[in-house]
Amino acid sequence: MDKEITFIIKRCKDPNATSYWEEFKVPYFSKMNVVSALMEIQKNPVNARGEVTTPVAWDCNCLEEVCGACTMLINGKVRQSCSALIDKLEQPIRLAPLTKFPLVRDLVVDRQVMFANLSKVSAWIEIDGTHDMGPGPKIPQKVQELAYELSKCMTCGSCMEACPNVNSNSKFIGPAAIAQVDLINSHPTGALQKEKRLLALMGEGGIADCGNAQNCEKVCPKEIPLTRSIAKLNRATTLQGIFGWLGK
Amino acid sequence: MGSPFFWRKVHSLSGLLPIGIFLCVHLFINSLALKGEIAFNQGVSLLHSVPYLWVLELLIIFIPLIFHALYGIWVVYLTRNNVLTYSYFRNWLFYLQRVTALITLVFVVWHVYVLRFANGIFGNEISFTFVSQALSHPLVTVLYVVGLLATFAHFANGLWSLLISWGITIGARAQRSAAYVCLGVFVILMIVGMNALRVFI
Ligand code: SF4
Ligand code: FES
Repeated sequence: MDKEITFIIKRCKDPNATSYWEEFKVPYFSKMNVVSALMEIQKNPVNARGEVTTPVAWDCNCLEEVCGACTMLINGKVRQSCSALIDKLEQPIRLAPLTKFPLVRDLVVDRQVMFANLSKVSAWIEIDGTHDMGPGPKIPQKVQELAYELSKCMTCGSCMEACPNVNSNSKFIGPAAIAQVDLINSHPTGALQKEKRLLALMGEGGIADCGNAQNCEKVCPKEIPLTRSIAKLNRATTLQGIFGWLGK
Repeated sequence: MGSPFFWRKVHSLSGLLPIGIFLCVHLFINSLALKGEIAFNQGVSLLHSVPYLWVLELLIIFIPLIFHALYGIWVVYLTRNNVLTYSYFRNWLFYLQRVTALITLVFVVWHVYVLRFANGIFGNEISFTFVSQALSHPLVTVLYVVGLLATFAHFANGLWSLLISWGITIGARAQRSAAYVCLGVFVILMIVGMNALRVFI
């Protein structure tokens, strides 16, 4: 069992350094995934030419595709490295950091903008108060089922990475935050601040920047019906725009 | 109301109202040529005898077209296409929407210059003979076919996108049905457009 896996990894010391590709050979073991291969490199940071190098930096947390931290480009496409099985990948395996987020080091990027966008659209339910607000309202089964789908978002940023309208020229907040508005607005308590969220989506870089390429839904590892949420909120924001103006 | 949201919506709508409707009317009138040279010439002079013609042209053709084009260039600038990495059908159409936008822009400017301004300004009467002289060169014919197809594709796919952007088609199935309808629109425009073009060459 001396099988070896070849990795070509895009490396960069810090955000200001120039990046370069480095090749690694990693001993194969069955059922290994990209994260376990990166752990092997960490244990023995020697590149394919036999030179000792710095261990490759990457991010991971849950190791079961629910946190999104390990998202990177694997053979050019965005996906989670913890669920990327080596047996199913074409070799050599190319790893690169996400391109739509600021680089930290090697495969680590700063996905802060995802969370900033969630707060821009107030993607939470306001329940804090000084008095007991009583039990929450009942939610119909059908609404619950749709909400469950949307609640699976792990802010991994895959949808942002694949969206042609998310880039350094544009201020588009991306699909994930829009879907979360759909989630929170579908909740009876969340709906109390519905208008505030719609107005946020109508702001700069908001929902109107979507150009319907629909890549987001294709790449979302959680299979969230993003294009449905976007179209639904297109309707809501359009009505908000027309009737809001007529009501002024 | 001067927000990007508002202008995006106006941009999307202007492609249908008035530009798209004008495109259809335009093709319909061209098709008078199928009924013969005299019918075409009569149609043209009837159109040209409409009162306040230049106001109408300005309000329903030129201003919307110029706005749609300029804002559209800005939208193209905001995009970084990635069809080679994410080669999904919709992503390709999204990309082609931008490619056809640029082709259509060049085509329409050329078309308006040769067949509207050059005549409007230099006083040549638009007639069947004049149009067929202008279009008869093989290279011009080919460029017209390309320009027309790009225009029709841009309109049909833009219509599909408009239905989503205005929140009309929401579910995946509705969007798929709309895609078939828009394909139908494309095919009809192509038949009518090519049929009219054929008469002139
Ligand atoms: S919507 Fe899907 S792709 Fe986008 S951040 Fe959430 S889980 Fe990731
Ligand atoms: S480590 Fe959490 S998704 Fe991969």
